[in-house]
Amino acid sequence: MKAAPFDYVRAEGLDHALELLHQHGYEAKLLAGGQSLVPMMAMRLARPALLVDIHRVSALQSLDVSDTAVVTGAVVRQRTLEDEVSLHAHIPLVAAALRWVGHGQTRNRGTVGGSLVHADPSAELPLAALVLDARLRLTSQDEGERSVAAGEFFLGPMFTDTRDTECLTAIEWPVWDARGTGCAFDEIAIRHGDFAIASAAAQVRVDASGVCRRAAFGLGGVDGVPRSFPELAQRLEGQRLDDDLLRDVAEDAAAACEPGSDLHATAEYRRHLAAVLAVRVLRRAAQSAQSSVRSV
Amino acid sequence: MTDPGKFRYIGKHRRAVEHRRFVTGQGRYAADIQLPDVLHVAIVASPHAHARIRSIDASGALAMPGVHAVLTGEELCAHTDAMLPGVDAPQVKRFPLAHGVARYAGEWVAAVVADTRALAEDAAEAVIVEYEPIDHVVDPLAAMEPGAPQVHPLHGSNVIFRRVFNWGEVDEHFAQAPHKLSYRVHWARSATVPIETFAVSAWWNDATGILDVWASIQMPKYPDLLARALRLPGNAVRVHYDVDVGGSYGVKRGIKHSVLVGYLARKLGRPVRFIEDRLENMRGGDMQGPDRVFDVTLAFDGDGIVKSMRMRAVDDIGAYSGRAPLQLGKPVGAIVGPYRIASVEYDAVSVMTNKTPQEAVRGFGQSPTNYAIETGMDKVARFLGLDRVELRRRNLIGKDEFPYLIPSGTTYDSGDYATVLGKALDAASLEQIQRQRDELRKRGLLAGIGVSTCLEPSGGNSAFEPLFNPKNTTTTWMDSCLVRIDLSGSVTALMGTSTSGQAHETLVSTVVGEILQREPDGIRVLHADSLNALPSNSPVGSRMAIMLGGAAAGAAKKLRAKLLRIAAHNLGLPEEQLSYDGGDVVAKSDSQRRMSWDNLVEIAHRMFHKLPEGTEPGLQEKFVWEVPTGGKMPTEDGRVQMYPCHSFESHVVLVSIDPDTGKATFHRYVCGHDCGVMISPDVVHGMTYGGIAHGLGAAMMEKFVFSEEGQLLAGTFMDYLLPSALEVPAVTIVDHCTPSPLTEFGQKGSGEAGYLGSPAAIASAINDALAPVGASIDALPMTPQAIWNALRRASGGQRVSPAHSEIPEMEKA
Amino acid sequence: MAFSRLMNISINVNGVVRQAQVEPRTTLVDFLRDTLKLTGTHIGCEHGVCGACSVLLDGEPVRSCCMFAVQADGLSVTTVEGLAPERGRLSAIQDAFCEKHALQCGYCTPGMLVACHALVARHPRPDEAQIREAISGNLCRCTGYQQIVDAVQHATAQESSHD
Repeated sequence: MKAAPFDYVRAEGLDHALELLHQHGYEAKLLAGGQSLVPMMAMRLARPALLVDIHRVSALQSLDVSDTAVVTGAVVRQRTLEDEVSLHAHIPLVAAALRWVGHGQTRNRGTVGGSLVHADPSAELPLAALVLDARLRLTSQDEGERSVAAGEFFLGPMFTDTRDTECLTAIEWPVWDARGTGCAFDEIAIRHGDFAIASAAAQVRVDASGVCRRAAFGLGGVDGVPRSFPELAQRLEGQRLDDDLLRDVAEDAAAACEPGSDLHATAEYRRHLAAVLAVRVLRRAAQSAQSSVRSV
Repeated sequence: MTDPGKFRYIGKHRRAVEHRRFVTGQGRYAADIQLPDVLHVAIVASPHAHARIRSIDASGALAMPGVHAVLTGEELCAHTDAMLPGVDAPQVKRFPLAHGVARYAGEWVAAVVADTRALAEDAAEAVIVEYEPIDHVVDPLAAMEPGAPQVHPLHGSNVIFRRVFNWGEVDEHFAQAPHKLSYRVHWARSATVPIETFAVSAWWNDATGILDVWASIQMPKYPDLLARALRLPGNAVRVHYDVDVGGSYGVKRGIKHSVLVGYLARKLGRPVRFIEDRLENMRGGDMQGPDRVFDVTLAFDGDGIVKSMRMRAVDDIGAYSGRAPLQLGKPVGAIVGPYRIASVEYDAVSVMTNKTPQEAVRGFGQSPTNYAIETGMDKVARFLGLDRVELRRRNLIGKDEFPYLIPSGTTYDSGDYATVLGKALDAASLEQIQRQRDELRKRGLLAGIGVSTCLEPSGGNSAFEPLFNPKNTTTTWMDSCLVRIDLSGSVTALMGTSTSGQAHETLVSTVVGEILQREPDGIRVLHADSLNALPSNSPVGSRMAIMLGGAAAGAAKKLRAKLLRIAAHNLGLPEEQLSYDGGDVVAKSDSQRRMSWDNLVEIAHRMFHKLPEGTEPGLQEKFVWEVPTGGKMPTEDGRVQMYPCHSFESHVVLVSIDPDTGKATFHRYVCGHDCGVMISPDVVHGMTYGGIAHGLGAAMMEKFVFSEEGQLLAGTFMDYLLPSALEVPAVTIVDHCTPSPLTEFGQKGSGEAGYLGSPAAIASAINDALAPVGASIDALPMTPQAIWNALRRASGGQRVSPAHSEIPEMEKA
Repeated sequence: MAFSRLMNISINVNGVVRQAQVEPRTTLVDFLRDTLKLTGTHIGCEHGVCGACSVLLDGEPVRSCCMFAVQADGLSVTTVEGLAPERGRLSAIQDAFCEKHALQCGYCTPGMLVACHALVARHPRPDEAQIREAISGNLCRCTGYQQIVDAVQHATAQESSHD
């Protein structure tokens, strides 16, 4: 399984990468970790004429932390984020999701941005980005930088709003108040590290009396894109997060999905898992939020 | 000889010799062999399950730089002979490349040869093949219907082989039995899928007229079959058995790869190499395993004694046949499992469909058969409200009943099944896992305990060949060893076949060391090539500990006897008054009268005047021998001694299932194992752990899924799922030893250990977990989806919640 | 089809800087095996699942089939041939693999050793769960993993007298 021939350039900087994209358009592909792209090229499912390697562009490897957001450069490796324990308190849902992403070896090369741009409908980081309502910064030579909400970024299976001449440069992960915030990520796969059959992510914040002040949750692998449910989540706000309420919301979320069937799982099974996992992550997020109210 | 404690080296912990090179990356696998100016092959494969090949236009490919040839079926089939099936079906011809018709999606249609593999793949894309699709059939039962599309029209049917065997008074036993129970189970198409794909290099030399072959091979009679197909004399093919094989467990029978490469090497006059990539391997490597539907009826009484069994096994072998149909034959040798079933009707049906061909898989059909039998035993127990362990105890052949003749004509040599089962239950311990099961159930999970008691026939006798094909009167199933002591007194042994992880060098040096009483680490073991090897039938059928071990012992014993003779002659004493002591020979009456190893070696090699009359110079002896109990043709009614020795395993498993997701978790896994005397316990345990992992994969997640259009959907490792260290639980093995009376040290084989009993035990556990909610599952693999489907069926679509168990408690007898 | 430009690369492999001209599409594993003739690293799937091709890249385990050699230009790679402390000696883990029979056919072993060395560098006394997690990206069809886990525990329980 040898890739079809291509040319390769290591981008000297972001501008250089953007220049190449400008020149070559869809014939060029950005190469970061390559954990998704290289196997696809080996199977000749992807055949770019030019690979532009941005893995070492330092401008894309930044990590900035503030009270409101963690901004990760697109080429920050998954492993780097996993190891950067100080960030986990700021973006615990991303930390939770990372544990499910592939295997240690793939996380040593794979990048945060790479996973988002690859946009596999069952991938973990896109789901986390959607649930947190992250913003993605995309830059091109001609149009400069624009910022896209995660909700508008994932358009279909393996298909995003990234234009041919654009490079994803950074992701802004919103930070919630630590006190009273809890999150959970769960997934069902046949083997550890596989693509999820179905996955779910939730983050909630409760006040000192246990009433939910903010909620966000989503489902992966059960539609052509990861799904989040802001309207359903709103039903949780101002309420106590008891099981019946969580179950109702979870069932409604599952009913709103359009899962597909493949050799591993039927649509019916996926929809069932969606409801099960949604309840579980909401429940665990709520429990974790309650403890955090007490402890922080 | 049968007391394991009496051995110096046998049965002891010893580091495997092979490991020294593997841990430093110094293994020599087929893809590692460096040949000068070697050319590389890539394949053009049929996208259709069944299609006429109208034309092949290779002009675009041939015009590309670095491309040397594009070979089609037309040329190859004109210059080579067909590979024939193991059964009598001469119209089911098979060539490495399709000839006029492609019969499965993935079948090789053309081979491109280029300077590099990458260029060959580029060129393969440029080969234009015109196909005319024709009707195809992918379901084996549908393939048996009249009017089904014919895979090989000239054969006249899609059934390549069928025979109904009737051993004992089946009708009478069924008529008399108070109870009968029928069921169906599906064993999904899975395989051993070694991490190394098949690789072969060939180099033809015009001057010597020899075709040198380096291959990742595990196959009986490979050099002969290759020579035949290439229309070469047998002594024109030299297979290098010193190639390390990266796992096989049955499937590495790359005869078609080798014929292709051998032909190209001769045609092009340069070394040619083909390493299957994973896509070629999964779809067109022809290494998929048994794919069976079993319909079984058991006849039993109110005490649970199973008197008779009717079994129909329909096996989908895909579009062509190698030895695959014979995988229905080998289980004849253990068709009743470890039980006293008195009569059996066995209907073996081998069916062709437009799918990838099947090949030999570890156990050669025994594991699916064990799964079918064990499923029935559990169902009988449930039916009668009997504990499943107790039910087995009542049916197990007792330790005092050996040698035990089963209805199909095979005698089991030795065993003590109840003790092994008891040891496994103790190791679990049964009480502890019952408590654990109950705690899991209290937490809202489904939980169950599984048990299996399974035969592991070993020794490899090809008696299924004449059984399934009366025209094939092969009864020789041999192995050999040559042992030399050189002038310096160092020992070297030669074996004549390949190794794929079984540590044969360690086996042979341990055995030779035991007999010669010399340190095994100082004994070198080499792999001969096929031109200078003694006869071997390769490491299949769990046979090498018995056959190669036996041959090594035989040769070493001859050497020891010769040393004694030389000593007797030189000491002037009769041999009865001498004893052999660590390589020296000493007079029993006077330890001062002795001759040292070095002295004896010197005499043998240099001092002809001191040798007894008629003695050959030097110290080298060969031993070639036939499998014990072998050499007989089957009877008219199909009774035959299959394998000589019978190992046995009993698995005890605790699983839980999340009723909301269908996902299963393993909590405890114990395997009781008896393979007689273990020559190398580390090797045996390793095989057993590995076999259990294989079985777990087959039971839980592995399946070559085909679409209605005959497309392989599970063609990569993203869809064909192999268990990792997080899916395989920790396993406890407990050993037992019932030596075989048939072998040198009492050893039996263990190459298939673990695999033969684990799918049955895991299915038993899953079904025990599902039973309280009225669900059951009779097909593999038991994926989360499959388990969830079973739960839904049982609950009539309602949400399932676990009820209290109504199954009788398992009791220790 | 376009014929791509060859590229000059310089990679430190097992402590020695190796320079070569390669096609961009040459994967790191093919570079190691075919250009440098370091055949200890093996190919099992070429799509990033089996882990047989694992090497250390700047000390961390990666799948060398999922990288083009050009991506590793200027970096350092350690293969199985570079794990032993010196010729004639084995690392503690290599030795433990032999002692505990943690391999059979040896094909997955180089990748497995790489994963285990990387694990122990991060966690000198890993427990069973950590070991299984660390090797979960390395598939083995021979051993069932049990003796591999035993080997790593054996290697790390001993006083480090080996290297």
